[in-house]
Amino acid sequence: MSAPVLSVRALRTTFATPRGAVAAVDDVSFDLHQGEVLGLVGESGSGKSITLRSVMRLVPPPGRVTGEVIWQGRDLLTLDPPALRRVRGGEIAMIFQEPMTALNPVLPVGLQITENLQAHTGLTAAQRQRRAVELFDLVGIPGAARRLGDYPHQFSGGMRQRVMIAIALASNPRLLLADEPTTALDVTIQDQILKLILDLRRDLGMSVIFVTHDLGVVAATCDRIAVMYAGRLIETGSVAGVFARPAHAYTRGLLGSVPRAGAERAPLLSIEGTPPALADIPPGCAFAPRCALAEPACHAARPALALVGDGHHSACLRAADVLAQGGLLP
Amino acid sequence: MSLLPYLLRRLAQLVPTLLFIAVVVFLLVRLLPGDPASAMLGDRARDADVARINHDLGLDKPLAIQFLYFLKAVATGDLGTSITLKLPVTTLIAQRVPVTLLLTAMSAVIAVVLALPLAFLSALRRGKEADVVIRGVFQVGLSMPVFYLGLVLLTVFGARLGWFPVGGYGTGLADHLYHLFLPALTLALSLSAVLMRNLRAAIIAVVGAEYVDFARAKGLRARTVMLRHVLRNALISTVTLFGLSVGTLLGGAVVTETVFAIPGAGRLMIDSIYGRDYPVVQGMTLALAVLVSVTFLLTDILQASLDPRVKR
Repeated sequence: MSAPVLSVRALRTTFATPRGAVAAVDDVSFDLHQGEVLGLVGESGSGKSITLRSVMRLVPPPGRVTGEVIWQGRDLLTLDPPALRRVRGGEIAMIFQEPMTALNPVLPVGLQITENLQAHTGLTAAQRQRRAVELFDLVGIPGAARRLGDYPHQFSGGMRQRVMIAIALASNPRLLLADEPTTALDVTIQDQILKLILDLRRDLGMSVIFVTHDLGVVAATCDRIAVMYAGRLIETGSVAGVFARPAHAYTRGLLGSVPRAGAERAPLLSIEGTPPALADIPPGCAFAPRCALAEPACHAARPALALVGDGHHSACLRAADVLAQGGLLP
Repeated sequence: MSLLPYLLRRLAQLVPTLLFIAVVVFLLVRLLPGDPASAMLGDRARDADVARINHDLGLDKPLAIQFLYFLKAVATGDLGTSITLKLPVTTLIAQRVPVTLLLTAMSAVIAVVLALPLAFLSALRRGKEADVVIRGVFQVGLSMPVFYLGLVLLTVFGARLGWFPVGGYGTGLADHLYHLFLPALTLALSLSAVLMRNLRAAIIAVVGAEYVDFARAKGLRARTVMLRHVLRNALISTVTLFGLSVGTLLGGAVVTETVFAIPGAGRLMIDSIYGRDYPVVQGMTLALAVLVSVTFLLTDILQASLDPRVKR
């Protein structure tokens, strides 16, 4: 396999609180290859969105990010502001969950596209305008030329998400960071947007990181999956491999909690308890307190990611037992 | 999307507002204790003379008739003649209102010039030294009574240092501006304190918005993010407050005008109320009410042009 386009190493994002620094993201490392779609999965508060923001250095204050984010041989975390600006929006683009809040309500959408082009291309005002129409056509907004002067509140939810994608794609980024891009949308619209992103990935050769809590989205769109729990990566691997043979008790629980259509009616599994607060993550495996398989060793030391199969890693001391239980796919 | 339909609708709304103001002004003056005839003739006036003056002024007619006369006169640009100054009220308005307008406009400009950069500085350095100092100074400015602040400025920069005149209005625009600087500053300090606090809070709220992150994620310059994405949104609420404050200033500069001996509308108003000068009180109230309404109208238009979500 070729060299990864993005290498995240020992990423740690902390927030100072009156009770000391709290790590929202802790020791997260992963690689992403050209054209690959990675699903970053976890419950709310697991640190998946903060991981994405850390890559773009968009963590709100007083957040502090350490580690390395190597993009095209350069560490984004130490890049000077002008170089960072060229990467942001030009090479790496980001889309957010809620287009109503991510689009500026008082600026026409056309301006919100062209300002991206102005920052990253040498196009003239007229060319930028033409490119904006082209982008609207690309993402499937009818009447593109007419709608550039409209404001975000004049679009429907699905159309707003298309506007946001058009803005993100304006300068032909090579990596798209998508933070729950379909969560706020109707199921039918959701499907269209996912299809759109995948088509664009294919046509433009982009890599994509999808942050989602929806395993259905991962199954439908991603090549690889990385599962986060309490700020840490606990299992990574190919989507097919992890879905067929989960190797972490948490992942298995997560997969079991997805309702499935099928001939046989199996009871829905749910994971007992709630994730730990970031301020008091237990010293051992963060999932141990909720885990049916936990043994004393699980509470003692934090397990590292270890290879359990072909490109499949798990940070679970009982990985062998979890694997032995087999997958949940019919 | 054009502002024109919105503008026309707002202008149409102005008509009933002004009519209502006319009714209130008319009634208010007639409800004041005392009557102009005895004010003019003194306590020992003969009843016949009082009756004659009341007749001359039309004050012996029924209220409704008086109001119709009043409306007709206003419509033809005749606001009557001052009882004490023996001048047409329109002449007095033309003399005094521009002074107050200039004073208010100057205060507004100074307030904005002070508040805008300081609000940004304060918001972006929230909790740091700059923020604490700026807010502390403005807090003092805000809690100081206007007449006291005016006197302090007058004593220090007028009398002691001699940089500015201690009162009056001067002749010619440049001289007017020079004379009005200290009083305008007096009014501007409390206004800018209100604006600064409001804008600071608005900026803090907007800076955390996702669209600001999205703007950063596009690789825009920090300045573009601040001016195009943050300021524009933060101004929406502050513009309304600004308009209301300026409207209040128009009729509320009396104290400052007195301290600095400025021949403005506020002073004339107070003198006329004491002198039971009905026509002047009536005319001036009407003129100021129209000005305030127009200020609010301009505020609404400004707000609508900033915020496309305002129903047009």
